[in-house]
Amino acid sequence: MSTVETRLQSLADLEDFRRQLLAARDPAVRRVRVCIGTGCTAKGSLRVLERFRQAAVELGQESVAVEAKCTGCHGFCERGPIVVVDPGNVFYHSVNEEDVPEIWRESVIGGRTVERLLYRDEETDKPATTADQIPFYRAQQRIVLAYNGVIDPTRIEEYVAAGGYAALAKALGSMEPAAVVEEVTASGLRGRGGGGFLTGRKWRSARNAPGQPKYVIANGDEGDPGAFMDRSLMEGAPHSVIEGMTIGAYAVGSSQGYIYVRNEYPLAVKHLTIAIEQARQLGLLGESILGGGFSFDVRINRGAGAFVCGESTALMASLEGHVGEPRAKYIHTVESGLNGKPSLLNNVETWANVPQIILKGAAWFASLGTEKSKGTKVFSLVGKVKNTGLVEVPMGMTLRQIIYDIGGGIRDGKAFKAVQTGGPSGGCIPAEYLDEPVDFDRLTELGSMMGSGGMIVMDEDTCMVNVANYFLRFLKEESCGKCTPCREGIAQMVEILGRITKGEGRPGDIESLETLGELLEDTALCALGKTAAYPVLSTVRRFRDEYMAHIREKRCPAKECKGLFRYEIDAEACTGCVLCAKRCPVDAISGERKKPHTINQEICTNCGTCFEVCPFSAVTKV
Amino acid sequence: MVETEAGTVAQIIERYGGDAGMLIPMMQDMQAEYGYLPQAELKELSGRLRVPLAQIYSVATFYASFRLMPKGDHTIQLCLGTVCFLKGVDKISEAIRREFELVPGGTSPDRKFTYSPVNCVGACALAPVMVVDGEYHGGLTVDSAVELLHSIAAGDAAADSEVKTEAKIARPKKTGRGSKRK
Repeated sequence: MSTVETRLQSLADLEDFRRQLLAARDPAVRRVRVCIGTGCTAKGSLRVLERFRQAAVELGQESVAVEAKCTGCHGFCERGPIVVVDPGNVFYHSVNEEDVPEIWRESVIGGRTVERLLYRDEETDKPATTADQIPFYRAQQRIVLAYNGVIDPTRIEEYVAAGGYAALAKALGSMEPAAVVEEVTASGLRGRGGGGFLTGRKWRSARNAPGQPKYVIANGDEGDPGAFMDRSLMEGAPHSVIEGMTIGAYAVGSSQGYIYVRNEYPLAVKHLTIAIEQARQLGLLGESILGGGFSFDVRINRGAGAFVCGESTALMASLEGHVGEPRAKYIHTVESGLNGKPSLLNNVETWANVPQIILKGAAWFASLGTEKSKGTKVFSLVGKVKNTGLVEVPMGMTLRQIIYDIGGGIRDGKAFKAVQTGGPSGGCIPAEYLDEPVDFDRLTELGSMMGSGGMIVMDEDTCMVNVANYFLRFLKEESCGKCTPCREGIAQMVEILGRITKGEGRPGDIESLETLGELLEDTALCALGKTAAYPVLSTVRRFRDEYMAHIREKRCPAKECKGLFRYEIDAEACTGCVLCAKRCPVDAISGERKKPHTINQEICTNCGTCFEVCPFSAVTKV
Repeated sequence: MVETEAGTVAQIIERYGGDAGMLIPMMQDMQAEYGYLPQAELKELSGRLRVPLAQIYSVATFYASFRLMPKGDHTIQLCLGTVCFLKGVDKISEAIRREFELVPGGTSPDRKFTYSPVNCVGACALAPVMVVDGEYHGGLTVDSAVELLHSIAAGDAAADSEVKTEAKIARPKKTGRGSKRK
């Protein structure tokens, strides 16, 4: 795929190469950019891309040079496949194969916009021609995601032409390793994977740690369900991760790096593999990078499906070929990590921030965000919001701005209930805190956490007890079983929560949950166990009434827990179409054709089939 | 039952320069080769790498993606992530398990499907989402998921009848384009 043949021998070579690439770029060329991220691919974007490529060959005109290229994820996956036409940056969404000829004829060749494929504001119905006119993108500030949707992630030339590897050249050419560490420290960058530890401090410890070899590791084991920013970065801008790691390796004195990628992310593995290969060919990885004597290489390891491997010590155990069990961290991994050697592990997004900090300076980075949380953060805004996708905003933006201004508010006219942040170990934040700024410390004060950036919005139909039960069941499955508090404690909590959601809760259950939760926090070995009870503790704290309704009144206020509400047919809305009666698996529904039907509650098993099949929404939950 | 091929283990070990630290990638390659981890091959791996079979077995059973039994013709990865959960994946899971007699990690009696629920495939905007043989299917309902699997199973019987699975992906309810889109 790459056309690169020459190995760059010096910093000047890199600049020459960049100049050549830019000079070779014909501004008159019209470009069609088709997103091939996982979301768009799932909706058929590869076939759309193929159709554009065919069109470029078959319908190409002498006078108009056209290029159809693929890009990484734009983040607005819900509206995929996304196609952007240059010049003009015209943004089309939900593009089908059948739409290709029209886009080609009108937009690419004709220079007119295809109105029907433009994004329309839901309230004003005004069309948006470019991405930055769309509310979802307008309030974002994309630094880490800047390359996503713009460059072709499978071609290193595009990354270089866009300014890539200039930060590495700057570090190698004009900065001592210690100065690189100082720059990262001064920027105030904190780990994006969950802990929020100061990145510079970690680097300094790794640099000062005795022993060789030293390792740098990118944690791409993005296990939090509902979060996909690291996937998008690895797929859409793999070189920014590699460049960041190379700078880190230079700073701490390492020559070997590992990228640990989740098994469920095949496209990320593919794009990283291509990127590493191309960087090697160009001399940006391998022996004597850019001819300067510093050598560094990177290897990809795929995870094998274990959430706990997102924990640093478990990840390193996995890299060594063992089961992913964490160990106590009284000895830090920066001193004794992988193979007992000093190891510097950062999250993928943290690494991707590094080139920008080196290039634009610590002061620039520190000017973004809040007092103790600098820069931007990518959030995975999902759940019951209108616009779901990846959102990069400066730290300190309020939850309301993110959920309403960018996310467009709650779907289907429902009421906001809570937002869950921080992955399975995070907490739920209710409506009264919507105006709180989002940063590491404030989220922790609210009983949740930043985590890796999952932001899952829940509406009035979501039962908070059931949500807590979901997360705890997840963590029970994923507990490695090494330490007793986590293995047994979570199992007990799941048992109690399961009873409550079935209407078998007993007085004292809430208190038992609280006791177990505190015990876990105090005694579990690793972060998975220590924070496992947060979803329960935070929902007990904020939504105690819902727990009480389940336990005392055997009632699920959100009408989600089976058996704690019942289905009824609204006689006025029912048209007597008999569909529900036909589909009912236990024949609990009776009624004459064209007359309102009724459900026999004695027979009904609450399976919900009638609720789903009724075309007139006449079946209600009460 | 998949036939094992002599020399495969040696080849895989060679690929990683005999580094026992690369045990997991080696086992992933082996699974890619056979669709599961055959007992005899694991024993050979243990012998050649000088890694105790107990360690290999512990790794094989610790990580969710490893299988010790042969898999079916198709692999279903149903996403059980938070967003899919909020959008009702539990019911889908229940329905396809009942319909095809599946248990997590197991293969249907007719050997058509192997069912591997996964924590999250990171395609939350498409929720609820299911990956069948590497292809993503989003916006599922109980009925469309079952129907999709039936059509994939039927596709085996009549290989010439092309199954257009992508058509199943629901468009967003309101596309934001008003009524102009036909």
